[in-house]
Amino acid sequence: MSTIAATRPLPENRTSPAFRFAMLLPGGLVTFFLILFALGLVVFLAFRGNDSSLLGVGLTAENFVTVATDPLYWTVTLRSLVIAGLVTLATVVTAYPVAYYLAFHAGHRRNLLLFLVTLPFWTSYLLRVFAWKIVLAYNGVLNSAFIETGLWSQPTLAFLNTPAAVVVTLAHAYAPFAILPIYVALDTIPKSLLEAASDLGARPFTSFRRVVLPNSMPGVLAAALVVFVPTVGDYVTPAMVGGPASTMIGTLIQSQFGKANDWPFGAALSVCVMLVILCVVLVARGADRRFGSRT
Amino acid sequence: MSTTRTDANAGGRWLGFYVLGYLVFLYLPVLLIPLFSFNNSIQAAFPLQGFTLEWYRTLYGNPALSGALANSLVIGAVAASGATLCGITVSYMDLYGRSPLAATISAIARLPILIPGVIVGISLLILVNLIGLGPSRVSIVLGHILVALPTTVVVMRSRFAAIPKTIREAALDLGASDWTTFRRVMLPLSLPAVLSAFMLSFLISFDEFIVVFFLAGTEPTLPLYIWSQLRFPRSLPTVMALGTVILTVSFVIAASAEILRHRGLGAARRNPA
Repeated sequence: MSTIAATRPLPENRTSPAFRFAMLLPGGLVTFFLILFALGLVVFLAFRGNDSSLLGVGLTAENFVTVATDPLYWTVTLRSLVIAGLVTLATVVTAYPVAYYLAFHAGHRRNLLLFLVTLPFWTSYLLRVFAWKIVLAYNGVLNSAFIETGLWSQPTLAFLNTPAAVVVTLAHAYAPFAILPIYVALDTIPKSLLEAASDLGARPFTSFRRVVLPNSMPGVLAAALVVFVPTVGDYVTPAMVGGPASTMIGTLIQSQFGKANDWPFGAALSVCVMLVILCVVLVARGADRRFGSRT
Repeated sequence: MSTTRTDANAGGRWLGFYVLGYLVFLYLPVLLIPLFSFNNSIQAAFPLQGFTLEWYRTLYGNPALSGALANSLVIGAVAASGATLCGITVSYMDLYGRSPLAATISAIARLPILIPGVIVGISLLILVNLIGLGPSRVSIVLGHILVALPTTVVVMRSRFAAIPKTIREAALDLGASDWTTFRRVMLPLSLPAVLSAFMLSFLISFDEFIVVFFLAGTEPTLPLYIWSQLRFPRSLPTVMALGTVILTVSFVIAASAEILRHRGLGAARRNPA
């Protein structure tokens, strides 16, 4: 093999420049222009003052000073982090046993089950949130069902317009995101590791705690990340089922580009969210490196 | 030995019940939408008031709704074509381009997973205003290409990676140009994945709300139409009828896409050249 390669140029070296250009063009345009340039614009705008023009005026850090000093933004950011953290925790913890079953117990039903848990992923997010609105509403499904079964006599307002409603709705909406990464991590654990553990006398729980769980951590962290990122910036669910007490950072960003009409400030808030996500990614990377000795 | 095995089986059975419960939790709230869309009442509440198709009849002859549907179909088809084209080229060059640029593009293409939708939305809003497009259907297409890109790249990349390397090398050794190899060998072999990527990105665009909210001008898409109707309690049943239609179509398209994707992969494994 190596002698052949040495006497003859590899196919890759013959690649024609025109082909390369044509193949790199669509992806290059989208990634550099629509992603990097657009994100660069957000960062640029974050350091501008608001004069209602498209790109603002001047060069200022005032927006960030406001974010850092106004307690409102600390409260809302903290609330977003707590809600997204709870949603992530709930999704990952409930998804883990499902992924475990898929990897080790599902047998011939595995493909069908995998298909069933990924299917909701492809249905409308708006409709999934809307479904919870009709479940939790004052005249809604849950209240009427409880009254119908005689569990209580008066409908309660306690379900809708609470942060808890946001957590439940988001956890349901993003549930399918968490299973797949964990399943892939569990499925790629070599079966010989498990056999070795049981041969060396480990009880099933010990072998789970000492072998399976550490080896599946990369999948758990990936799952946590794909749930945390969209939930921390969500503004639809708080608006639909959250009420005023569950305003999240995404809600504030959205209103800066809508009613409040202060784009530079909205851009500054977006930069803060991206920095928070960057921190979370770095922490997850660090944790991944601790556990990820498998590769 | 025998005790641990029965333990494992019992554990598996309990886990099986848990998975069943999980699936019920996953599907039950969504299935309430079709249930109440046939209910003869304005309110989505028990007890059910009797069967009706009235709400489905209100879907007909609604110009705002059919306009939004047409927008969603056109935008979905164009955005899916764009996202699939990018997914094919980005992942092909990532695997076979052997250049840092191709690898960088592929890495950035998957970056939108790590950006909340609201930020994708506002960054594109600034961009399309800057280049003079403004909120419009073209802007929505650009946004949806971006949102669907990670999916198409992942689907196409795993498909290309599953094709045995020797097939491409054989084509090149027999004198086929890069272009011919790509068009006559690699692309036909990955056709199921191309169709799957197209269908999935169409669905992503068709159902997308968070980004489109910022980019729509005077012509709303279907999710925006639904959002605008949610303010009126009286149009709730109509929304549920519409939601049922959308859910049904989504289920059918997603199921076909998944079947295509797995069939393609299976065929590649069965004939490892």
